[in-house]
Amino acid sequence: MDVGIDIGSRTIKVVALQDGEIVHQQVVAGSYNPAAQARELLRSLAPRRLVKTGYGRHLEVEGAAVVVRAITEIKAHAIGARYHYPAAATILDVGGQDSKVISLNAAGGVASFHMNDKCAAGTGRFLEMMAVSLGCELDDFATLAAGGGADLTINSMCAVFAESEVVSLKHAGHSAADIAAAVHRAVAARLVAMLRRGHGGEPLVFTGGVARNHFMLHCLQQEMGGQLLVPPHPDTTGALGAALYAARLSTGA
Amino acid sequence: MTAEEFEIKADHQLWRDLGMDVERFEKMRLTLGEVYRNTFLSQKNRPAAMDYFDRLVADMHNGRIKEMLAAKAQGRPVIGTFCVYVPEEVVIALDGICVGLCAGSPASIADAEKVLPRNICPMVKSAYGFKAANICPYYQAVDLVYGETTCDAKKKTWELLDKLVPTHVMEIPQMKRQRDFAMWLAEVEDFTARLEEMAGRKVTAASLAAAIDTVNSKRLALQRLDRLRCHPLLPVSGRDVLLVEQCSFYDEPVRFAAQVNVLCDELEQRIAAGIGLAATNPVRIMVSGTPMALPNWKLHNIIESSGAVVVHEESCIGSRYYRDIIENNHTDLPAQLAALTRRYMRINCSCFTPNDERLEQVTAEYAQQQAQGVIDYTLQFCHTYNIEAARLAQTCAAQNIPFMALESDYSPEDIGQLRTRVEAFIEQIAD
Repeated sequence: MDVGIDIGSRTIKVVALQDGEIVHQQVVAGSYNPAAQARELLRSLAPRRLVKTGYGRHLEVEGAAVVVRAITEIKAHAIGARYHYPAAATILDVGGQDSKVISLNAAGGVASFHMNDKCAAGTGRFLEMMAVSLGCELDDFATLAAGGGADLTINSMCAVFAESEVVSLKHAGHSAADIAAAVHRAVAARLVAMLRRGHGGEPLVFTGGVARNHFMLHCLQQEMGGQLLVPPHPDTTGALGAALYAARLSTGA
Repeated sequence: MTAEEFEIKADHQLWRDLGMDVERFEKMRLTLGEVYRNTFLSQKNRPAAMDYFDRLVADMHNGRIKEMLAAKAQGRPVIGTFCVYVPEEVVIALDGICVGLCAGSPASIADAEKVLPRNICPMVKSAYGFKAANICPYYQAVDLVYGETTCDAKKKTWELLDKLVPTHVMEIPQMKRQRDFAMWLAEVEDFTARLEEMAGRKVTAASLAAAIDTVNSKRLALQRLDRLRCHPLLPVSGRDVLLVEQCSFYDEPVRFAAQVNVLCDELEQRIAAGIGLAATNPVRIMVSGTPMALPNWKLHNIIESSGAVVVHEESCIGSRYYRDIIENNHTDLPAQLAALTRRYMRINCSCFTPNDERLEQVTAEYAQQQAQGVIDYTLQFCHTYNIEAARLAQTCAAQNIPFMALESDYSPEDIGQLRTRVEAFIEQIAD
């Protein structure tokens, strides 16, 4: 089996391939000990070729794998996105800790990439914090926001300041739905600014856990005035790319 | 030197006599030793001549300080600096000592932030903090600190620093016109006069010619090292060369140049014998941008543990320091000082506008060192380099040079994020 594991800041994702077909994929919330968790996830899969990516790509989790590599999530997302969309030219990946815009060359290689600065603004973590502060489950956050109006704005993009801004909006009597909608639009505006810097053209693929958020997709499409393609399991795009990369590696046999 | 043998030497009595916070400095000494072992002594098959520089670091809070104190006892001026716009030739012409002061560690930042704002450059904060907390023996041993006006954070910090240690501020112009040259020359003359007053003697044409020769020889040795390091075989790591460049700011210049040449001789032998880091087929990275003051080895560490080797630093601690030498064929002092000023004016710091020469310098050095990509390094809140990165990005894009700009400070908290960016950049070049 060829396995890709994406050890991210918030979740760990695994994709396993058998003869080039996806036979297993899994997403689990990260614990305080990601290495032990990753080892546990990999045990039953017994990968022959293993490629690690994500923040924890240098952790030793390989077990008995014959070939082991670590690649960055930038490269992994490039490969994973091209699997679903062979013509993909730009990828917007929004994960738990960072967001990135990757532009691809004709061959599918990384031509350039931009990442957010070292803060939570414009990341999944930011949305998570805002959901908590509005007393909403993350999975329901998009639906809540979709029912909100279009008038309210959040000005601060620092996660800490935005939280106090949300508190004052709550106290001013605005509805949770309106505030949730404003939070989404603020994140989308931030991501669009990043996209304008590093855009490599269409088609544009939206990956990472935040791509599961349908209202974020809606806001981005509205801002960009174009379509964003979301793969079937956007949060496992990096793990899929890693698994596909594993399948290309020589086992030396 | 092996990791087991290496230790930053302590002299608690000396430090106490210098008025230092010995307890704190002792902890910093141990931390620094650990970082040094991990960064440098873990490398396999290093050139033997790096041993001199290991010993220099081991002795840097001890032996070199004693040399400075001995010079002071003889009435020779001992000057601390933070920049490459320092006419050190004038200091040496008066038989003085010029040393770069401590400004590269996160350990002194909290001390600085008791007074200085948080959102200014870490180098300025670190520099101020070392004096405020009395945790740098160099600061304690100097007669005078030489400050300059290359940025707002520095020039305003000097006002505060002057209360703690005498600080001479030289105005550096922001343009390179004839009238700026005249102003700069006058500043060099003022600095010379202040040093002469301290030393109780005059700079002569003969002593300045000898000093120019000394510093030229040091810069030429560093140029030779830069040419050899980028040989296709990569006979030495980028970390080791950065260390040598950092040492160029505080070792005795004649001894230092001789040791750099010993290292260069060995690198030539390694090249002849086919020894180098090239066997692992690393990507060749050039670093440009803001200085990395000792012990700031963060970026080189990340790059060189990610399948690449650094082949050049277009930086103050790098080619901005050694690229140009002073023409030394003048026999009268005014002509010598003019030649000296011309040389310093050729340095392409981002404090100048316009600064197109720097863009040309980066691309020329990129080609000369046969690099495969440029990583531009900006210390946080260094606005001039940070803004200039946009022009550098455009210049590199126009010439199909892979380019990435990074902004960072001295704290270790962003190492993970930097590593992702650096590894992705290296993948992009290697694929």
